[in-house]
This record gives sequence, C-alpha cells and structure tokens, in this order.
Amino acid sequence: MIATRDAYGEALAELGGENDKIVALDADLSGSTKTGVFAKKFPNRFFNMGIAEANMVGTAAGLASVGKIPFLSTFAIFAAGRGWEQIRQSLAYPKANVKVVATHGGVTVGEDGGSHQSVEDIAIMRAIPNMTVIVPADGEETKGAIRAVAAYKGPVYVRLGRNKVANVFPAGHKFEIGKGNVVVEGKDLTFITTGLMTAQAVIAAEKLKEEGISARVLHLGTIKPLDKELVLKAAQETGAIVTAEEHSVVGGLGGAVAEFLGEECPTLMKRVGIYDRFGLSGKSDELLKYFGLNAETLIEQAREIVSRKK
Amino acid sequence: MKEKIADLEEKARRLRVAIVKTLHKSQSGHTGGSLSAIDMVCALYFHKMRHNPQDPSWEGRDRFVLSKGHAAPALYVTLAECGYFPSEDLMMLRRLGSHLQGHPDSKGTPGVDVCTGSLGQGLSMANGMALGFKLDGKDNRVYAVLGDGELQEGQIWEAAMAAGHYKSDNLCALIDSNGLQIDGDVSKVMNVASIGDKFKAFGWNVIEIDGHDMGQIISALDQAEAHKGAPTAIVAKTVKGKGVHLFENKASYHGVTPNDEELPEALRCLGCCD
Repeated sequence: MIATRDAYGEALAELGGENDKIVALDADLSGSTKTGVFAKKFPNRFFNMGIAEANMVGTAAGLASVGKIPFLSTFAIFAAGRGWEQIRQSLAYPKANVKVVATHGGVTVGEDGGSHQSVEDIAIMRAIPNMTVIVPADGEETKGAIRAVAAYKGPVYVRLGRNKVANVFPAGHKFEIGKGNVVVEGKDLTFITTGLMTAQAVIAAEKLKEEGISARVLHLGTIKPLDKELVLKAAQETGAIVTAEEHSVVGGLGGAVAEFLGEECPTLMKRVGIYDRFGLSGKSDELLKYFGLNAETLIEQAREIVSRKK
Repeated sequence: MKEKIADLEEKARRLRVAIVKTLHKSQSGHTGGSLSAIDMVCALYFHKMRHNPQDPSWEGRDRFVLSKGHAAPALYVTLAECGYFPSEDLMMLRRLGSHLQGHPDSKGTPGVDVCTGSLGQGLSMANGMALGFKLDGKDNRVYAVLGDGELQEGQIWEAAMAAGHYKSDNLCALIDSNGLQIDGDVSKVMNVASIGDKFKAFGWNVIEIDGHDMGQIISALDQAEAHKGAPTAIVAKTVKGKGVHLFENKASYHGVTPNDEELPEALRCLGCCD
C-alpha cells in the first residue's frame, strides 16, 4: 500500500536522473505533492512559484516552449480550479508539453473539507480540447503513468490522491495512455472504474461471485482519450455497466462512458460517484462511506442492474 | 546612429501602413493598440532581437511574447516584413482557414512561439522562457509586450513577483501604456498608476520612455540588456491609434477597424500615396 502521490514523488525523481529536460514546479505544497523529492535531488531544476497557481501554469508553458518538460503540481482543486483558464490557454491551446500532476483529488483530502476537495476536476479537464486525463488506481500504475506522460509530447492532467491505496497492479506495471485494463473477467455486468474505486470494484466482484453474479472490472487509468474498444466490448458482452469514481457523476468517468455508450451502444447503466454536491470535513474512510464510494455500494448497484436485465 | 533611427522610423511607418491596410481588409481586429505598440515591436525585430526568419525555430533566437495578444496585427505585419511568411497572408487575417488567427497562435504562424490573447498570461510564459534559458546557461533574451489595461489582471503581478524573485535579468517587459481600454480611460476604469513604482516594488529595473521615440526605445532596450540581477520593465507612454489622427486617443477605436471612408485619410496621414 502506497499513496499515488508518494509513487509520483519517487517516479519523478527517478525520471529526473534519466532526463535533464525534466523540471518541476510547485505552489508551496512540495512536501504534500511530493515534488519535494525531486527538488531535493535536483534543486536547480525545481521552481517554487509560491502560492500563485495561475503564474505557475504560465511559467511551465514558457519552460516547455524552450524545450523543457515541466511537471507542475499542487492540489487538484488549485491546479484544475484556479489554473483552469491558464491550462486552457497557455497549455492546451498551443499543445504545450506540460504535465499537470494534481494531488489530493476527491474527498479523501478528508479533514480540510469541501473547499479543498476537488469533485469536478476530471470533468473540467476532460472538456478541454488537446487534454489527456489520467487517474491511476495505485502506486504501481502511477509510476508507469508518470513515465508514460514524460515520454508523451503534449499537455496531460494526472489526478492523484492523498491516502495510501490498495495495490491493483503488480510491480513494474506498464502504463499505456488511452488503454484500459480488464482487472477481473466477468459476464453479467462490468464495473468501469478509475482511481481508488478500482480496488473497491475488485472486492465487490469477489463478493458477487459468491452470489453467482459474474462481474467484470474494467479499470480506465486514462479517462481521455477513452478506451472505446474495451468499453464497447464490456457493454456488448455483459449488457450492464456500473461506473465508479471518487468524483462527481457529472462529466467525469461516468459521464464519459454514458456519452459514448449513449450513442454507440445504449446499455443499462448506473453511475457511482458524488451526486452533484460538495464534499465536507471528516476522516477519509468516513467520507468514502458517507458518499457510498465503496464495495458495498458497488455490490448493491450490481444486484440491482443485473435484476433489471431480466 | 541617427541613420539607424531614421531607418527604423521609416520601417515603423511602413508597418503602420500595413496594419491599416490589413485591418481595413479584415474588417475585424484591434486598430488602436496595434498602432500604439508598433514602434516598440519594430525596434525589437529590426534592431534588438536575434532571430532568423529563414529558420523560425533557430535555437539561438531571442523570444518575443505579445502578451497583449489583441495587437496581433502589429506582430503579423512585422513578421511578414521580416519574411516569416508572405505579405499576402495578411489579407487573410481572421478568415476561416488562415494561419493568422485573431490572436497569436503558435500552432500555425511561423515566428510565433506561444499562444496569447487571454490577457495577463504572457508575462508568466516569458518568465518561464527566461528561467529555461538561465537553467541551460544560454544568453537568449526574452521580450514581452504588455498593455497597461492588461496590468489589471492579477496574474501579471504574480509573474512580476516571480521574475523579481528569480532575478530574471534576461527578461524585459515593455508596457504599451496608451492609457485607454475598451470601456474608457485606464485611470477611470481601474487605475493602474504608478506602473513604474509597482514594478520597482517587485524588484524590477524600471525605465520610463516615450514609446514612439525610436531613439529612446533603442536606448532603453540597450540599458535593459546591460542591467544585471533584475528584470527590466520599460514603461512606454504611448498614444492609442498613433499615426492616424482619426484613431488617436480614442477608446472607441480599440476593437474597430478602418472603414472605406477612413482608409484614404488614414493612409495619407501615414505618408502613403497608394
């Protein structure tokens, strides 16, 4: 068990040793986002921009324009929220080679409360042309994703979490941008999940097996571009989809899957996520339970959707 | 030197003619702010900056960021005059299919390095470039042209703080202080004075000039390059619509183009007999 942000810190510092074009920027949160690991190793290539996210995004665009590969980090709420228009204009519009790696996504930010819990960042990043949006499930996938986005030329938004999460993928997992992973095979329904909800779906699938329900788990580490092939296959082969994300049901993974299937293959669907409201203070695990972001909810939704198939 | 200045003044006159003709043809775009900035843009491209129109992505080039991206016509006519692309392209400004977008777009126009137009974002990009050059030990310089109305954007001051903090002496901001913005006088809409004092407070070297005096522009650019340990802000007092009395000092000409009736008089003002 490792937090995706810790895996990021490790991966970025490692990549920094392999490629001196990589630079990192942070807005006074380098200890929390883990860019501090890179900063310690490569102090000259780390820029603390202070609590000024808009300028940080623009500065990264300038660095990219002279050949650097900037990774900029802060909490998801500030990266995607405060920096949205700068990300649109200065990064996505010119296709700048900048990686926005936002930590502390979703409600697992915990005690800091709703002001700090980004529940809409996937949606607002996904809406921007030229953007790639990645939400890893665990530490291993994060390491692979960071390596992959460093090699990819163009703007990317990577959403990471604060807390330790269960491992889904084995060590050395290769990440391919735009490709999903069938983590558990199944035929009665498919859980299409991202981020920390994938581990919950694996637990749910195991329990459902005891009831005679065969649930597939399709993890989408990349939300944009959507892995249409695997999503379509899941819809056609299992006939029922339950999406799950630590994010609003508006415009995120559930939205992306619903948009695609609505046109290509209308399928019974349920979206597990946060129903158009802000987060609140509490312990991370309490909040996950409060918002129904756990295996129990997935099991309930699976039972219901399978019964509706008949 | 006198000859050099006279050459640049003549160049700037021709660029003004091109701006007026381009905007008359497009019937969409920003006249006033293009004419107020053109002397500085001219001095940069034809005197100060190292660049190569035959090789727009030459690594040794200095960088130009038109933070007040709505003055795109000033940049486009200059790039065309340098030979980055054919002058005929100017007649396609803002048309569907043209590489000359309403605001500068690095994806299509040779010689344009960043996308600007949403005000307040260019100085951050310029400082990012400056930091990158420093990191590589390169002596490339970065120039950014800002509007005075644009200084109302908070991000400008975040960037000013950062450039001062990082002592980016390879960065020079030129503020086209024409005193007008869409809704009227900058001082009445939202006063940004004193511009020089504000940049000084963030640790910048500040030079105040007449932004239409070629001798002063050149001298300020030389001083900026010589100044070490801090970025330089050249605060240039300018006249919106400079060169054509029909447009001068009129906020209403911010986003209005010369019409058929105005064109002959505008060209006459610019000493153009075509």
